[in-house]
Order: sequence, then C-alpha cells, then structure tokens
Amino acid sequence: MTTSTHPQIDHLDLLESHAMFIIREVVAECERPVLLFSGGKDSAVLLHIAVKAFAPQKLPFPVMHVDTGHNFPEVIAYRDERVATLALRLEVASVQQAIDEGRVPDPGPLGMRNRLQTNALLHGISKHKFDAAFGGARRDEDKARAKERVLSFRNAFGEWDPKNQRPELWQLYQGKVNNGENLRAFPLSDWTELDIWNYIRRENVPLPSIYFAHERPVLQRDNMWLAVGEFVHPEPGEVVERHLVRFRTVGDASCTGAVRSSADTLDAIIAEVSTTNLSERGATRADDRFSETAMEDRKREGYF
Amino acid sequence: MSEPTSDLLRFATVGSVDDGKSTLIGRLLVDTRQLFDDQLEAVATASAKRGVGDLDLSFVTDGLRAEREQGITIDVAYRYAATPTRKFVIADCPGHVQYTRNMATGASTAEVALVVLDANEGLKEQTRRHLCIAALLGVRVVIVAANKMDLTQWDESVYTKVVDQVNDVAQRLGFTDTTVIPVSALKGDNVVERSYVATWYQGPTVLEALESAPAGSWASSASGARLPIQWVLRQNGGGRTYAGMVNGGEFTVGQQVTLMPQGITTTLKAINGPRGALDVALPGLSVDFDLADDTDAGRGDLLATAPLPTATREFEATICWFSDKPVMAGTRLRLKHTTRSTPVMVRSIAGQLDVGNLTVADVTELKMNDIGLVNLMTAEPIVVDDYRDNRVTGSFILIDEVTNATVAAGMIGHANFI
Ligand SMILES: Nc1nc2c(ncn2[C@@H]2O[C@H](COP(=O)(O)OP(=O)(O)O)[C@@H](O)[C@H]2O)c(=O)[nH]1
Repeated sequence: MTTSTHPQIDHLDLLESHAMFIIREVVAECERPVLLFSGGKDSAVLLHIAVKAFAPQKLPFPVMHVDTGHNFPEVIAYRDERVATLALRLEVASVQQAIDEGRVPDPGPLGMRNRLQTNALLHGISKHKFDAAFGGARRDEDKARAKERVLSFRNAFGEWDPKNQRPELWQLYQGKVNNGENLRAFPLSDWTELDIWNYIRRENVPLPSIYFAHERPVLQRDNMWLAVGEFVHPEPGEVVERHLVRFRTVGDASCTGAVRSSADTLDAIIAEVSTTNLSERGATRADDRFSETAMEDRKREGYF
Repeated sequence: MSEPTSDLLRFATVGSVDDGKSTLIGRLLVDTRQLFDDQLEAVATASAKRGVGDLDLSFVTDGLRAEREQGITIDVAYRYAATPTRKFVIADCPGHVQYTRNMATGASTAEVALVVLDANEGLKEQTRRHLCIAALLGVRVVIVAANKMDLTQWDESVYTKVVDQVNDVAQRLGFTDTTVIPVSALKGDNVVERSYVATWYQGPTVLEALESAPAGSWASSASGARLPIQWVLRQNGGGRTYAGMVNGGEFTVGQQVTLMPQGITTTLKAINGPRGALDVALPGLSVDFDLADDTDAGRGDLLATAPLPTATREFEATICWFSDKPVMAGTRLRLKHTTRSTPVMVRSIAGQLDVGNLTVADVTELKMNDIGLVNLMTAEPIVVDDYRDNRVTGSFILIDEVTNATVAAGMIGHANFI
C-alpha cells in the first residue's frame, strides 16, 4: 500500500472502527466492565472486536454467560473453546442457581426460562459489582431496541426507562453512573443482520456449528421448528421429523426455533439472509411473540 | 459518528408533531420492501387492536408502549434501509418540543435532514426550531416533504407557498441544498412511487432525493487531522502506542504530528489499523499510533496535524439546554469534550436565540430547550476547533455532577446566522 493510492475503507470498516471506539470509551470511563457472551453470532463478533481494540494486551475485562441451563451442547463447547483460546476470564450467571436459591419461581424442567435470565443477569452484575455490561444487541432486531441508546443507563434495580433516556450526541458517549447503577453498552447498535454475516465472513470469526445447516430431529410447535433433545420432547399429537436445518439465533434451547435450510457455508448463509421474508426474531424466538411489546417489557425489568 | 462514505447516508427526520413523520418513514420502509412479513403482520395487528385503518404506518417506528398509546413519538428510533444504490441509517426524531433533546440526539450524527411538514399548515414554529437546530448541528442538505397534499386535492398553490417559506428560511440558515417535494405519506404519492395526481410536479420523489443527496456534507473538514487519545496500549516489546479514532483529515506515516495541549512535536512512526499496519489512517478508522519520541501522552490528549487546534480554558459556545433546572452565570458542571472530562463554570450567558426570527436576545438564564450563547471556563485546557470546521473537536456535552444527567449539547463558536 502506498500513500499515493488511497487505501479504501468501506461500510464494514467504519462499523468495526466505531464499535472499537465505543468499547475503548466504556473501558476508559467505567470501573468494572463485563462482556455478555452467549455464544451467539452477535456476541462472537463483539468479542472479536473487543479483542482487537486492546491487542496486543489481554482483554481488560471478563466475559459473563447468562446460562439458562437449557443449552445446545455445541454452544457450550464453543464458549469453552473461545475462553481457552483467548485466555478469557469467564463468569457464569446461572438461571438454575437462581431457581435453586429460590430467587425466581421454578418453571419446571421444561418451562421457558428466558424471562428468568433477567434475575440471573442482575444478580451476576451486582455480585461482581459490574458497572457496565457490553451486549451484542442491534437496533434492527426489534422496535424497542431501535429506540435504545448505545450506552443505556440502568438504575439500581437494573431497569430501563425508555421515556427518560440520556441524550447521546455525536460520539460523546457518557458513561457516568453512581454506585449500584449500571450501563448496558451496545457497540453493534448500527449493524444489521447482514452486516454481521458479512463481517464474520471477512474476518473468519469462529461460530458454533448450529448456525450451519445440519440434519437433526425437529418438531413443529407454535409455527416454529424446535430441536428435539434434552429440553424439547414431543407432546401428544406432535410428530418428530428429521430435517436439514440451521439456527439464525442462539438462545434457550427450549424456545429457539430452527429454520429449514441447506446453507452450510457462510456464502450460502449470506445468500439466504439477503432474501429472507422473516425477521430474525420473528422466525426463531418464541419469547418475543407473546405481546406487541415483549422486548420493551423485558428490558424495563433489566433484560439486556 | 462514523465519517460517511458515498454508499452510506445518515439522515434524520424532523418536523412538528402530527405532520406525518412516522407515517412517511413507515411508507418509505414498506414501499422499498425493508420490512419482513412478520413485522408487517405485527403492524397490522397493532393497528387493528387500536381500531385504526388497515395499516397504521406510524406503528412501524413508534415502538414504545407509551408512544403507541399516546400516538406520539417520544424518542429517536433508528432504522436501517438499503436500496440498490445506497444504505441508509435513519434517525426518526420526535416532533414534540418537550423531546427536543432527543431530536438533537438524532440530528447530531445526520448528514441530511428530511423535514416533514403538513402542507396545509405551512412552516410551524416547531419546524423552524428543528430546522434551526439541524443547521446549528451542521446539517447543510435538507429535503422537505410537503405532506398531506391529498387533503388539498393536490393544489399546486399550496405547494408553491411552502416552497417560498422553506426557501426563505433555508437561505437564512445557510443550507446549501434544499428540495421541496409534494407528497402524501398516507397514500404513498411521491415517496417511493411517483404521484399520478400531481401532474404539475416534475421533481424527484423522496427516495430519489435521498439516493442522490450529497453524502459527507459535513465531514468535509477545514481542520487538520485529529486523533483524540482514548487509551494507551502496552506493546509486547515494552513500548507504548496511542489508540483512538481518526477525524478531520488523514495521518500518514513519517509525518510530523503535534501532541496537544502539551505542544510537543514528534514523528508518526507507525500506524496500526484494525486489520494490521497502515501507511495512511483515514477519518473514521480506529487506529493506534507509534510515535518516534517518548512522550507522556495519555487519555484526553490529542494528536494533530496543521492547521492545529487551539488549547484553551475560556471560550464562547452555542448550547442547547436540556434540563428543567435553568443555567446561568456561575453554574458549575462537568464538560466532556472528545476523550477529556473537566469541571467547567458558566461565566456568562451572552444571549438567547429566537429560533423564529433568528435574533439574539439578552437574557440572564437559559431554560429547558433554549438555545443560547455562553462563555465557559474549564478547569483543565481542552483542545478545540470551531464546530463549523470539525464536528468532533468542536462539540461537547455538559453533565450535571450530582445526577450525571447530560444537560446540554454544546458547539464551539457560533453559526454565521447568529
Ligand atoms: N390525509 C393524510 N393524513 C396523513 C398523511 N400523513 C400522515 N397522516 C395522518 O396524520 C396523523 C399523524 O401522523 P404521524 O405519522 O403519527 O405523525 P408524526 O407525529 O409526525 O409522526 C395520523 O393520523 C396520520 O394517519 C397524509 O399524507 N395524508
């Protein structure tokens, strides 16, 4: 590269650099940040960028997995591999532990646990005195997320007040909080699902295998394909079939739907994502389907 | 705020409440097929539940419970759209005066303002206020949707009157590029699809205007290159590099750079970018710099090339005040400018801007949503450019030290029209 020909930077370069900028700001201004690492593609990209932002130093903060206990084994294997390879410090905020300690009611072994994540998350945040938690949420995911600031202030109860957000001008991210309050920081706010996939391809970001098409036993419930396994058993009238599927998001194994797909490479996935008629959450997340404002309601309570 | 490229346009929609902003954005997204089937279905369900028509397009962006219940936009909604020509980041801003701070949030990173007004009612006070704030924030390109033309039976004289009003204001506020388009957001005329009714109108549709609007209008910076230092990285060999995001211009390896406010000049030895070593660091890129000489540089300092910024503790600025507690001479706050925070005191209020006739009145305090000129004094020097020369080193926010609330947006210097 010579100085006479201009090196080009594109849209992905700008998104990546902006995310690095946000991560560095938060780390500089907060005492004890943490990165929420679910093993999903967004948190994989976030982690990849966070590592870049501080290279060659080690990542100056731990990662935390909010563990519903209903995991895809492939995702846990992936999480542990990343933690080992990047020499990360891993904290686990466990929903099972919240149930065992009586902090939340027991929904039964197969009950949906996504809502209970909030308690585990807030417990983890206060136990470790984290004052900022990075999340991989994007504004194109949901209409409540579309309203949220990059640095989202949460009061001492972890609650989000959407009617009274801090003004957030230019690139002046303001992270001052008092004791007990905290911030959620979303460096990937302006990314779309397609940006995430294009970036993963460009950077070779490792992912859990369930994002790629594979054959597995599934059953249809609430208009979604659920993976039959430890946490999903057929109910009377439900038929187990084998199909070529992949997952568009990674969440609680009992309520994250698969899509029928033969996309087994990044190129094929990008082609598929470019032409789909269904949103990521609409296609695959039972938890967001209960009401018009499911995400807003969970966020108000302290969810990501 | 990333420096834009021509294939990406960031625009903010502004205008007075009920003039049809949310409907217009909904229309734009639906007619360019940005919405997924399940999202459209959700809008239809929500519309039916509240007994409004078959599809209330404003529900596409008004995502909060309170917004749907009250039928108003409270906070900015960010939306993403792509056509074969361009990618768009849309900040749909609230129209109500009470939420001016949120409008300023959305407009602070915009290159273009899409102004929606009710053609029957012309330019209202609140729309003038938004145009004025957009101009102060450095927006130079304005697309005006003269909306609800269906209610006028597409009367050309209504449109012409709007054009005259807009041109008058645009000239005074210094917009370089103004397009006025007669539309019906509700029916979809001249948003994405050309109107069959308005045969007298030959100009672009809203989408065409957005696709051809000059991007990077404000990124053209008159300052030199700037790197506000965010973080010092320790290298494996024991050396240090200085990390931050470039703005204002480009840095080149081998170049002389000045560390401010120290005023030390050194040579830029190497640049590390997100994908490895670089010869040139372009605006918008996160990098770290290796310098030829040992310096005591740290977070809050700034590396610059000529023309150099100014290190100062006392300066004049234009602020938009967001707090219900007024600001006056003697008010003490915290100021955040680039990566530096410092205590600040208001020395005097130099005047309040009347957004209607653009005159400045003598006042002793600024109240919520007022725009005014102030003289500030900081405890530590900050390294600034005039806002019109550089949107990063020219901007700051003011923070209440007790509540930590962001109480003002500030710009170094003042606009020509003040
Ligand atoms: N007749 C007519 N009504 C419109 C048009 N655009 C919006 N409206 C109506 O004006 C009202 C306010 O619209 P909304 O988009 O919520 O305005 P906002 O407050 O600016 O976001 C709603 O009842 C819309 O249906 C239009 O082009 N023609």
